[in-house]
Amino acid sequence: MDDRSHGDGHRPGGGPGDAALLLLADSRLPAGGHAHSGGAEEAVRLGTITDAGDLARFLRGRLATAGLVTAALAAAACELARTGHHPGREEDLATLWRQLDAEADARTASPAQREAGRTQGRLLLRTARRMWPSPALDTLGVAVPEGAHHPVVLGAAAAAAGCVPYQAALAAAYTAVTGPATAAVRLLGLDPVTVHRLLADLAPALNDAAHAACASLIDSVVTDDADPLAVDPCGDDRRRPPGGIGPDGDDATSSPEPGSAPGAGPCRGAGWPALPGHAAPALDLLAEGHLKNAMKLFVS
Amino acid sequence: MGAIHDDLHEAAAPGGRALRLGIGGPVGSGKTALVAALCRTLGPSLRLGVVTNDIYTTEDADFLRRAGVIDPERIMAVQTGCCPHTAIRDDIAANLDAVETLEERFGPLDLVIVESGGDNLTATFSRGLADRQIFVLDVSGGDKVPRKGGPGVTSADLLVINKTDLAPLVGADLTVMSRDAAAVREGRPVLFTSIREDKSAHSVAEWAAEMVAAWWHQHGPAGHAHEHPHGHPDGHPHHEDDPEPAVLPAGRE
Repeated sequence: MDDRSHGDGHRPGGGPGDAALLLLADSRLPAGGHAHSGGAEEAVRLGTITDAGDLARFLRGRLATAGLVTAALAAAACELARTGHHPGREEDLATLWRQLDAEADARTASPAQREAGRTQGRLLLRTARRMWPSPALDTLGVAVPEGAHHPVVLGAAAAAAGCVPYQAALAAAYTAVTGPATAAVRLLGLDPVTVHRLLADLAPALNDAAHAACASLIDSVVTDDADPLAVDPCGDDRRRPPGGIGPDGDDATSSPEPGSAPGAGPCRGAGWPALPGHAAPALDLLAEGHLKNAMKLFVS
Repeated sequence: MGAIHDDLHEAAAPGGRALRLGIGGPVGSGKTALVAALCRTLGPSLRLGVVTNDIYTTEDADFLRRAGVIDPERIMAVQTGCCPHTAIRDDIAANLDAVETLEERFGPLDLVIVESGGDNLTATFSRGLADRQIFVLDVSGGDKVPRKGGPGVTSADLLVINKTDLAPLVGADLTVMSRDAAAVREGRPVLFTSIREDKSAHSVAEWAAEMVAAWWHQHGPAGHAHEHPHGHPDGHPHHEDDPEPAVLPAGRE
C-alpha cells in the first residue's frame, strides 16, 4: 500500500475515501439493502409504476425529496463521526447521535418507513462495525440501541471508512434511487440496461443532491458556531461549480482533520433543524400501504 | 421485525449460543413440512427458534403456526426482496438479525432453524449464518437431480430426499438417487423420508439432535440453566461424553 494513502492528504484523482465509497454504495454490501424497494413494490402493485418511463419519474421524485433529505442527514452524520469523537467524552457524542437520529425521525412521517429505516440502519451498523471498526460507530450503537435511521448510520459508516461528508451524501442519494430501480427490475422484468440508463441519466442530479446536502450542512453549522467555515465540514467547497466527486487534489483545506472541526461540543446539533425536510406524502402513503400488503416480497 | 437491541455486537462467541441449522432446497420439496416435523419431535426436549424466509413472506410462518408445533412468538419471518438465495448466502444481515432477536427474546436457545425460501440447486447457506445445513429434495423432480449435483446437493451436511411415497408414481428409482448422491457427497449422509407418512421425520430429527449434542460438546451448552437438555427423539438421552454420534457426518471444524 502506498504510504501516502494514510491520513487525510489528497492526491490527484481523488481522496482516501474514494474506494471506500464504492464499497459503501455497492448493492452487494451485505447489510440487508437488497430487500428494500423504497416504495417501488407498492407503487408497482398499485399500477403507479408500470414501465421504465414511470420508474424514471418515480426516481426523480424520490431523489428530489427523500433522496435529498437522506443525503443531508448522511452528510451531517459523517461530519459528526469525523469530528465529534473525543476520548472520555463519549456521552457528549451519544447525545449528539440521539439528536441527529431524532432529526431523521422528524423527517420520516410514515411509521412504516421509520421502522424500515431503523431496521436498515441496524443491519448496516452491524456490518459497518465489522468492516470499519471505530469508536464513533460503537457510540452510535450504544446511543440508539433500537437502531439509528439508515442515513445516520450510512454517514457514520462513511466516516469510519475514510469518506468525507460529500461522499456520504453521494452514497445516500445513490442508494435512494438504486434500491427502487433494482426492485422494479425484479418486480416488472424491466430491461436492466434500460433501467441503468435511467440511473446514468440521473448521475448529474445525484451530484447536485450531494452538493445541496453539503450546502445545507454548512448552513446548519453556521448557525451554531462563530467561525464555521474555518474548516469546510463537507470536505468540498459549495461555491465551487459542481462536477467533481469529492475534493480536488490540490485543495489542502478541503478535508477537516478529525477533531479539529468547529462545533464539536453538544451544542453542535442546534443547527440541524435547518437541514432539508422535503416531504414526500406519496412515498409515505406507499410505505403505509405496503405494510398492509400480506404478499409483499420486500421489507419496504 | 423491529426488535429492540441492547447490544449491537456481532454474533456471540460460539460458546453459549444456539446451533444454527439452515434448511434449504427447491420450492415444494418439503422444507416447511420438515421444519414443522423437527419442531414437533425436538420441541419437547430442545429450546427452539425458527426463522422463515419466503417469497410470500408469512405463508410459511402461518403454516407453522397452524401446525401448532411451536410458540408462534418464536417464529420470525424475513423478506428477501425476490432473492431468497441472497438472504442466506450473500447478504445474511436480515437473517442474522432475526436469529439474534430470537435469542435475545427467548434465549438461551438450543437450536435455531433458518428455513430458506424455495430456490434452485445452487443455493447454500453462508457459514456466517448456518453452523449446519440440510438440503431437501423430493423424488418428484426426477431421480436425476442428485446426479446434477450443485452446491446444495454436494455440500450440505445432510441431504434429505423427501416424498419417497411418490417414487412409484413418478417413476423415480430411489436406488439410483442414493447411488448418485453418494457419488457426489464424499460420504456425507443422505436420508430418505416421507414426511407425509412420518410426521415426526424421525431420522432427520435424530440427526439434528446429534448435531446439537455435538455442538454443545464442542462449545458448551447454550446458557447455564438447562440441566439435562439433550433432546433425543427416542427419549434416550445422550451422555455428555458421547464420543461420536451415530450418524455424525464429517465435521466442519
